[in-house]
Amino acid sequence: MSLKRIDLLICCGSGCVSAGALKIKEKISQTLEEKGLANEINIIETGCMGPCDLGPVMIVYPEGVFYQKVTVNDVPELVEEHFIKGRPVKRLMLKDEDKRVYTTKKEIPFYQKQVKVALTNCGYIDPDSLDEYIALGGYEALGNILTSMSPSEVIDIVQKSGLRGRGGGGFPTGMKWKLAAASKSDQKYIICNGDEGDPGAFMDRSLLEGDPHRVLEGMMIAAYAIGASNGFFYIRAEYPLAIKRIRHAIEQAKEAGLLGKNIFGSNFDFETEVRTGAGAFVCGEETALIHSIEGLRGHPSPKPPYPSDQGLWGKPTVVNNVETLANLPSIFTKGADWFASMGTEASKGTKVFALTGDVKNTGLVEVPMGITLREMIYEVGGGIVGDRDFKAVQLGGPSGGCLTKEHLDVPIDYESLKAKGAMMGSGGVIIMNDSKCMVNVAKFFLEFTVEESCGKCPPCRIGLKQMLTIMERITSGNGVEGDIEELIRLGETIKQLSLCGLGQTAPNPVLSTIRYFREEYEAHIKNKSCATCVCPDLMHFLIDRDKCTGCSLCARKCPVQCISGSREEKYTINQLKCTKCGNCKEVCAFKAVKSIPGMHPELRQAREQEKLQLNQE
Amino acid sequence: MYQEIFSKYAPTKDNLIYILHEIQDSEPRHYLSEEAVQAVSEYLNIPANHIYGVITFYSMYSTKPRGKYIIRLCESPHCYIRGSENILRKMKNMLGVGIGETTKDGLFTLELCACLGVCGNAPVVMINDDIYGDLTEDKVEEILTHLREVKQ
Repeated sequence: MSLKRIDLLICCGSGCVSAGALKIKEKISQTLEEKGLANEINIIETGCMGPCDLGPVMIVYPEGVFYQKVTVNDVPELVEEHFIKGRPVKRLMLKDEDKRVYTTKKEIPFYQKQVKVALTNCGYIDPDSLDEYIALGGYEALGNILTSMSPSEVIDIVQKSGLRGRGGGGFPTGMKWKLAAASKSDQKYIICNGDEGDPGAFMDRSLLEGDPHRVLEGMMIAAYAIGASNGFFYIRAEYPLAIKRIRHAIEQAKEAGLLGKNIFGSNFDFETEVRTGAGAFVCGEETALIHSIEGLRGHPSPKPPYPSDQGLWGKPTVVNNVETLANLPSIFTKGADWFASMGTEASKGTKVFALTGDVKNTGLVEVPMGITLREMIYEVGGGIVGDRDFKAVQLGGPSGGCLTKEHLDVPIDYESLKAKGAMMGSGGVIIMNDSKCMVNVAKFFLEFTVEESCGKCPPCRIGLKQMLTIMERITSGNGVEGDIEELIRLGETIKQLSLCGLGQTAPNPVLSTIRYFREEYEAHIKNKSCATCVCPDLMHFLIDRDKCTGCSLCARKCPVQCISGSREEKYTINQLKCTKCGNCKEVCAFKAVKSIPGMHPELRQAREQEKLQLNQE
Repeated sequence: MYQEIFSKYAPTKDNLIYILHEIQDSEPRHYLSEEAVQAVSEYLNIPANHIYGVITFYSMYSTKPRGKYIIRLCESPHCYIRGSENILRKMKNMLGVGIGETTKDGLFTLELCACLGVCGNAPVVMINDDIYGDLTEDKVEEILTHLREVKQ
């Protein structure tokens, strides 16, 4: 093996790949080949480095220079300047608004508040290399456990660490294991839940793609603790790369003797395989997931019996989330006390969040529990995009709720969020600026859960649909007094009566937006007005006579010919015919077309007359 | 004709989902025909109605022939906030088909799908197994034109 003088780490997480990382890698290899440098520079494809909006990103060691938004055209300069002449290319480094240049990853504010536990190796090692994982202490925890600890000692340590399920529920992991360990059975199973369906959450995908051996090691620790000799990775079919990487990791572990019989010379035997979903959100729920592995429709079943008593094929089963498992190796190498020293009283350790929406730095971040929303949005996230104000943040995807400005100092932990009507969920954080209509956002989430409801229990199947009908009525200008109360009544009923977590949490986006933005709902219903002009029926376009030059462009571009006028008279919109497509506003070079909140009085009157007539008939 | 696939899996019910995936992937038109369902039913010794129950529950299976390229546009809130509606309109216009439909040349099927987990680069689309992010209308034009040319 020849010595390499430079290690080039290219982020090949799905985000960077979608932005063209593989093409860049190819171009670099080709350029190095041409220059005869292929033997001197080591190109490594890593998992997600975190800052997806800066992609494609790469880091050049030994200096640790961080490059962002690299394109294929930048490659010749990069090779010539940096790799040959040793002069890092400033142009491709990250700059902030004050033109400050950040040379290395460590200097970047996005990384400063972060503490990496689950993501320790993600973006730092080659996920396809078992050697790299072992070189960074991989399988050390498992080795120690199998050679020197009893299963009950393992469970004690996890209980002491305070680790709770990272998939959303926050159930104490040690407790779950204890219940399964106590169940008597000839066969037990461990399942890794990689059916990450929450829109906006992608930590599980990144972990499986970026550090698969860590998840596998975590699964084996869990298996030993509960006495399982068989495990399954259940991964959604939408994540082909994650499936490929984890399959590869399993193959490597088998070859190295890390899977199979008498692992580490102990009497622990373990086999595992990958099972995939086929596109059903509800399969993230543990009982539905178990049925899907059994080859059935992914319907949840009532609990109890809990999977720890009767799970897969009726045997005791533990279902742990990907991120939960990824925390385990560190807990055992660094100690339960170290893990418990991070976070709050009841929520220990760190949590990975996926920051998205109207925030400057989108991507994957890992922060200690208990960090405030303000720190997460303004320090890690870099604040709100553009010149707009922060309005709300949706935590926990379609099962979670929204929080507002007044909650910016709320610590992010399981209990605090729950008390405010939001939830940790799987860690999706959608940040919204003041251009977003909260009624519309809630309606959108509801559409998602209506679509994804499995249809087994009526409260979820029929109740959510009914809530959506009311939401559609409100956003289309047909809301009536009492709609808000009806939504609350329905929502609370669905929460109480639904069979599984999907239905029990699906009303949350509507209930929490009513709680914090009730005046927006009232404006939609009573004033027929959407202040943000997002709901087409509750706004109108007007042409400002002072600004209109009479060029007629808007009239020519209008798909329904509802704009008329002349150069002298200026142009006006026929409000009764307008479909609110927004073309006129887009094409006007003089910014004469304005969006005005509220249904136009003419239209409102016409609609009321229509209703009266219908009633008379 | 499905023997090669069957030989990889034991005839147990829990293999149903994987057998269906593999048959669908091996079929040039990416779908599960009546003959395929019948063959699986015989191999696993489970009734065809059970298999149809599973097929129709999961959104990634289809009982209708689809195109060579399956376009799955993410319909989750992130992509929506970042303008997936415009992307959908552009795709519909370029392909001349609606959601769930296949182009006449049998090349493309347009579908919507749940979150692809690439939200940092929204809006995103998955075409067969490849993901394309940070979509703009121009980029859509480029990608679809390229795929059309590859065929020729």
